[in-house]
Amino acid sequence: MEAMHTTGQILNGSEIFFECLRRENVEYIFGYPGGALLKVYETLHDVEDITHILVRHEQGATHMAEGYARSTGKPGVVLVTSGPGATNTVTGIANAYMDSTPMVVFTGQVPSSLIGNDAFQEADIVGITRPITKHNFLVKDVKELAITIRKAFYLATTGRPGPVVVDMPKDVLAATCPFEWPETVEIRGFKPTFKCHKNQIEKAAHKIAKAKRPLLYVGGGVITADASEELRTLAIKYNIPVTMTLQGLGAFPGNHPLSMGMLGMHGTYWANQAVNNCDLLIAVGARFDDRVTGKVDAFATQAYKIHNDIDPTNVDKNIKVDLPIVGDSKDFLASLLEEMPEKTESREAWLADIEKWRKKCPLSYTVEPDSLKTEFVIEEVSKQTAGNAVVVTDVGQHQMWTTQFYTFMNPRSIISSGGLGTMGYGLPAAIGAAFGIKDRPVVLFCGDGGFMMNIQELVTAVYCKVPVKIFLINNSYLGMVRQWQELFHKEKYSFTDLAESNPDFVKLAEAFGCKALMADNPETAKEAIRSALAWNEGPVVVDCRVARKEMVFPMVPAGGAISDMLLARLNPKTMV
Amino acid sequence: MKHIISVLVENRFGSLNRVAAMFSARGFNLESISIGETEDPEISRMTIVTRGDDQIINQVLKQLNRLIDTIKVTDLSRQPHVERELLLMTLKLSKTTQHEIFELIDVFKGKVVDIKQKSITIEVIGSPDKINTSIDIFKPYGIKELARSGVVAIHRGE
Ligand SMILES: Cc1ncc(C[n+]2csc(CCOP(=O)(O)OP(=O)(O)O)c2C)c(N)n1
Ligand SMILES: [Mg+2]
Repeated sequence: MEAMHTTGQILNGSEIFFECLRRENVEYIFGYPGGALLKVYETLHDVEDITHILVRHEQGATHMAEGYARSTGKPGVVLVTSGPGATNTVTGIANAYMDSTPMVVFTGQVPSSLIGNDAFQEADIVGITRPITKHNFLVKDVKELAITIRKAFYLATTGRPGPVVVDMPKDVLAATCPFEWPETVEIRGFKPTFKCHKNQIEKAAHKIAKAKRPLLYVGGGVITADASEELRTLAIKYNIPVTMTLQGLGAFPGNHPLSMGMLGMHGTYWANQAVNNCDLLIAVGARFDDRVTGKVDAFATQAYKIHNDIDPTNVDKNIKVDLPIVGDSKDFLASLLEEMPEKTESREAWLADIEKWRKKCPLSYTVEPDSLKTEFVIEEVSKQTAGNAVVVTDVGQHQMWTTQFYTFMNPRSIISSGGLGTMGYGLPAAIGAAFGIKDRPVVLFCGDGGFMMNIQELVTAVYCKVPVKIFLINNSYLGMVRQWQELFHKEKYSFTDLAESNPDFVKLAEAFGCKALMADNPETAKEAIRSALAWNEGPVVVDCRVARKEMVFPMVPAGGAISDMLLARLNPKTMV
Repeated sequence: MKHIISVLVENRFGSLNRVAAMFSARGFNLESISIGETEDPEISRMTIVTRGDDQIINQVLKQLNRLIDTIKVTDLSRQPHVERELLLMTLKLSKTTQHEIFELIDVFKGKVVDIKQKSITIEVIGSPDKINTSIDIFKPYGIKELARSGVVAIHRGE
């Protein structure tokens, strides 16, 4: 973006704010005005090169920024007023923190002189967000504004990404000073290690060559590091099967024979079996989350464990590993490729075992002519988009089925709230992704519970003519909670049946000015998916009235060993 | 095991809070924390006393390092170091005990900082062990109030 102002020019805080965003190449701001930001919105009125998207709730802004960031790899930018505007962003910030998404949230603040006085619309947002941000700042002087914004973007995007909050008091935004743009930033307390240690890489290469039953366990770090290419080469060249976390899906093409799909609580039988039986586990950009490991002392007990992550705190946190390698995952994989010997152990027997497991318990569901299954909808969307859509989910059963039945072919293709598990994330995240990605369809699978949590953003999608394809997986249940109630809580279906209270979603969407379709069997679903994918004038909601009491399997009960997988509802067998 | 961790942080509003909040958010034990400026006014030194096995202490060190405001984190327990704590204590004073109290102050190389008709305020400096012992010894004379600084520690020079 072209700079509009030159250094040395006298500008007020609001003008400095936009000039900094310009220099950070910001395309979109997801925002909502208010008292503390009046000066900023005054300046914004004449800003033409940055697009401000008016959301309908500040939480929506944060998830949109996150959807934009995850789909593009660029930082998402949020602008909200002080007090309630700022506190409304808390869930979205926490979500971005847990999923390591680069995001900068600008909050207005009451005038400096009133801070601490319980002033009107004052909230200590720096204090509130301290444990859920990578870092945060209160700008006390207009002279500090430009450097602080520079640092905020640098911190949000460098090393392990994360959200950064910049709190800007009203008087700072009005005060003036000569504009200075620091070309470089130096933060002495922040020096992430990018380069992996050579000796460790040599050791790892040796171990990989010697392993008879190696397994790559890949997380979102590979996608952040833009290392899918290196991953593909390593896996294919040396015949190493790849299992991915929720955030790692797409790092390796889902239709490749070496792709094992997702591991963990709702992972595939064969991926979890492979974890149980591998002699070498190579964790790349993943953090041994409890949804992945289940009971830690029963996790990959036979394996020598190599762990690469850019964040040293992830290493030896949940699981003790044998060979920790701190550094950027792209550097890790590229250096490994250089160090790998030509000859490795044969993996034929190992791959044959995996094939056996794959055949033994495939992911399956039944198609019936007058009942619609979520799995069918997802699989059909996967087929019709050839696995090339940007797929966004909300949280619940539909989210887990998406990991099982959508075949992810590319990195940055799944956008889903993993760490925090935030219902209400999906709709705004999908809208944000659609601002970032114009050459691939953006598809949302959303539960009927979660859809209502940020339904107001349908307005944003409609007025911005954002072509998101919303597949409302309507089982009229808080399905995932219902599933736990059935399995572990004596079938006490306490407050999870939404059938009586749900609105008519077709009418609701239409009231927002949104195109709406309905499907309740495989035939109508196929047709509706086709029309929805063809419709690009704006958002479209497909109310998929799916079978109500289906459950997601396989499932590892919380805290259980992954070998104690439930495979089906009626006669829960465990793995052997 | 007990560990003394020395942390150089940006002398900036919020730094202490970030460190303390990290300890509570992650459930780490925090026995004492003290902070003061260093020879460089932009940098403060924090001395933290914590407990945990090796795995926990390694996490503590890494999590401290991960905070943007921390510049350097050292586990002093793993190297030669000196540690000191300051104790201020007001004791009851009477004709009968006066003599013994003065003798004990000498034993602990303490100092009298204030003396009144019925009370005496003393200071003792030393290792946390010595401070604990002195508190035990003075207890029978009647402690009216006491304050401990928490440990400060530093790496031994060459
Ligand atoms: C904000 C928030 N509140 C509560 C939950 C707990 N929760 C997890 S899944 C779920 C049910 C989701 O229901 P729905 O959106 O209909 O999706 P389904 O599971 O039916 O596919 C709930 C309540 C959550 N994850 N997030
Ligand atoms: Mg539901």
